[in-house]
Amino acid sequence: MKREADSTVFAFQNYSTFYVRRGMFQMKKRALICVVAACMMLLVAACGTSQPSGQGSESTNDKLVVGFAQIGQESGWRDAETASIQFYAGQNLDTIDLKFADAQQKQENQIKAIKSFIEMGVDVIGVAPVVETGWDAVFTEAKDAGIPIVLVDRRADVDESLYATFIGSDFIEEGKNAAIEMSVLLGGSGKIVQLEGTVGASAANDRKKGFEDEIAANHPGIEIVASQTGDFTRAKGKEVMESFLKTYGNEIKGIYGHNDDMALGAIEAIKEAGLKPGSDVAVVSVDGVRGIFEAMAAGEANVTIECNPLLGPQFFEACQTLKNGGTVEKWIKSDEGIYRADTAAADLPNRKY
Amino acid sequence: MSQKLRQFSKNQIFWPLMVLLAILLANGIVSGGSFFEMRIVDGHLYGRLIDILRNGSKLMVLAIGITMALATGGTDISVGSVMAISGAVACSIVDGRLLPGASGNVAVAVVLALLAGVLCGLWNGVLIAKVKIQPIVATMILMVAGRGIAQLITEGKIVTINSDAYYFINGGYILGLPFPLFIVAFAFVLVMLFTRKTAFGLFIEAIGVNSVSSRFTGIKVDRIKLMIYTFSGLMAAVAGLIESAGIKGADCNNAGLLIELDAILSVAIGGTSLFGGRFSIPASVIGALIIQSISTSVLAMGVAPEVTLVVKSLIVVVICLVQSKKFKETIAGKFSRRAVKEA
Repeated sequence: MKREADSTVFAFQNYSTFYVRRGMFQMKKRALICVVAACMMLLVAACGTSQPSGQGSESTNDKLVVGFAQIGQESGWRDAETASIQFYAGQNLDTIDLKFADAQQKQENQIKAIKSFIEMGVDVIGVAPVVETGWDAVFTEAKDAGIPIVLVDRRADVDESLYATFIGSDFIEEGKNAAIEMSVLLGGSGKIVQLEGTVGASAANDRKKGFEDEIAANHPGIEIVASQTGDFTRAKGKEVMESFLKTYGNEIKGIYGHNDDMALGAIEAIKEAGLKPGSDVAVVSVDGVRGIFEAMAAGEANVTIECNPLLGPQFFEACQTLKNGGTVEKWIKSDEGIYRADTAAADLPNRKY
Repeated sequence: MSQKLRQFSKNQIFWPLMVLLAILLANGIVSGGSFFEMRIVDGHLYGRLIDILRNGSKLMVLAIGITMALATGGTDISVGSVMAISGAVACSIVDGRLLPGASGNVAVAVVLALLAGVLCGLWNGVLIAKVKIQPIVATMILMVAGRGIAQLITEGKIVTINSDAYYFINGGYILGLPFPLFIVAFAFVLVMLFTRKTAFGLFIEAIGVNSVSSRFTGIKVDRIKLMIYTFSGLMAAVAGLIESAGIKGADCNNAGLLIELDAILSVAIGGTSLFGGRFSIPASVIGALIIQSISTSVLAMGVAPEVTLVVKSLIVVVICLVQSKKFKETIAGKFSRRAVKEA
């Protein structure tokens, strides 16, 4: 018995020394790899961080001092919005002092930024709430300090008295405009399909509602034969459209996409089926990204209903009014246009996002 | 004949194949046969079955790569992000914003994108085989960081390109069949030869069963793991090319988002244990086709968008039950017991 146990121990020791020696040799290599890994992580982390930063120095009384708590970088649309606000402030350095905070998609960062804006005593606070709920406390704090809150492009689930105004798009109106455009393109009758956005997103719900209500009320000749979610992405938009085309074939005279990217995916599917997007199948979508203007210029799409992220001018105008003690409407609708294929080539160079 | 059939029914590929046929058959019945309709449009085949094959190609490619990682008892959850990186690299080069010197050469773009995939896979492999980080954690690093890297490459925008040569990777046809199918066939044959005609496949299974004893028998475990994860990265890059070519652009936020879970599910449906050991590449490929045909049939049947996910998961639950040996035995036991009672 004992001998057996001894031999096991011996074998184990033998193994462990073998392992340790091997380990010593490998240790340096491993340490090096760890250091490289750590450096990469740091690099990635460094790329992502940015602190609330003021563009001017100390605020003086005559300047409009605005704190803006942005969600972060989540999409090209939001980047365009950020750029618009920073660009406008940069153009008016002598009258506007913008303090900008990037919350990296976290509500607590936005709340922290708002609190620091209150401490700084800014004139107006702008915020694009990352989520709808949980703002009562910090908005009340701002109200008590006498600083008006301007909600930008997203709403917050708070009492109306807690914010001064909301600047943003009317998704229902966008859907309604899309329906009218579609009806014009089809001459008032035809079968169409709808590519919905992500299930539950307010943009998807309202663009669907606005579109379907308008069709039901004023365009009886148009029939929505199928409607399915494409998750706001090109790949899903294409896949769903492929399926629609298999089921309904060339009965489909038009397609309405809740965003341009899904429509761009659908255009590829339509071509795949041997049909001509833009003429055999009318393409109407919402957003106004560059890609759809390129498609319209090539005659493959018909209309895009703009959902404008360039809110800088309207935002600062509202802030100035509020600072001067004026009143603004509770909902300032963003300036939005309808762009059609015939002017797309001319519009293309002006598209910023 | 029946002997052969019985033997085949013991094969790992048998049940996945039956499930796939059942799904297709169910679709055929519900649609009254129009599901199988096939016609020729612009000189190529056009129909739902072609859609399944083409849209499923990226999942098949991923499944081929990830099966071996799972067979060693590891996993690779970074494939979705690697897809985004490869798409971003390829589209940025074709667009000319990256490497303007290449002047939008598609071949250069494809080669560099594949190289990026190999690098990503190598990074995973080094972390797992050399630094000994657990595979799920090691590949999670790239899963999170990879999408960021892709966004850095495209500067956070969707890069739209208009190159017919690049579009061919997804939308092209050879002999009336979609080009991605040939990519899948090529990867499949290559891997089958490598794993079944050499000892490599056996080594992988040995590592999956017991990696310590495999090392003592002289299998170079680290080197094999390094190769496997590098290959998985390469396959992810191929899938990324297929995806980005299909939409003529690099959509870094959404390219391959959560597809790693679909890829792992394909392998699991194919009957390869996630604890490692015995694996079958053909079964994984069929698993991928099953998942794609579920998506396609949900669309074909016109399920309301609010319930599609529930319908999909219900089908997956049924498939997993069909695959489960224990479940089958219990059911069989119930029936035979009843038979005994009745007698």
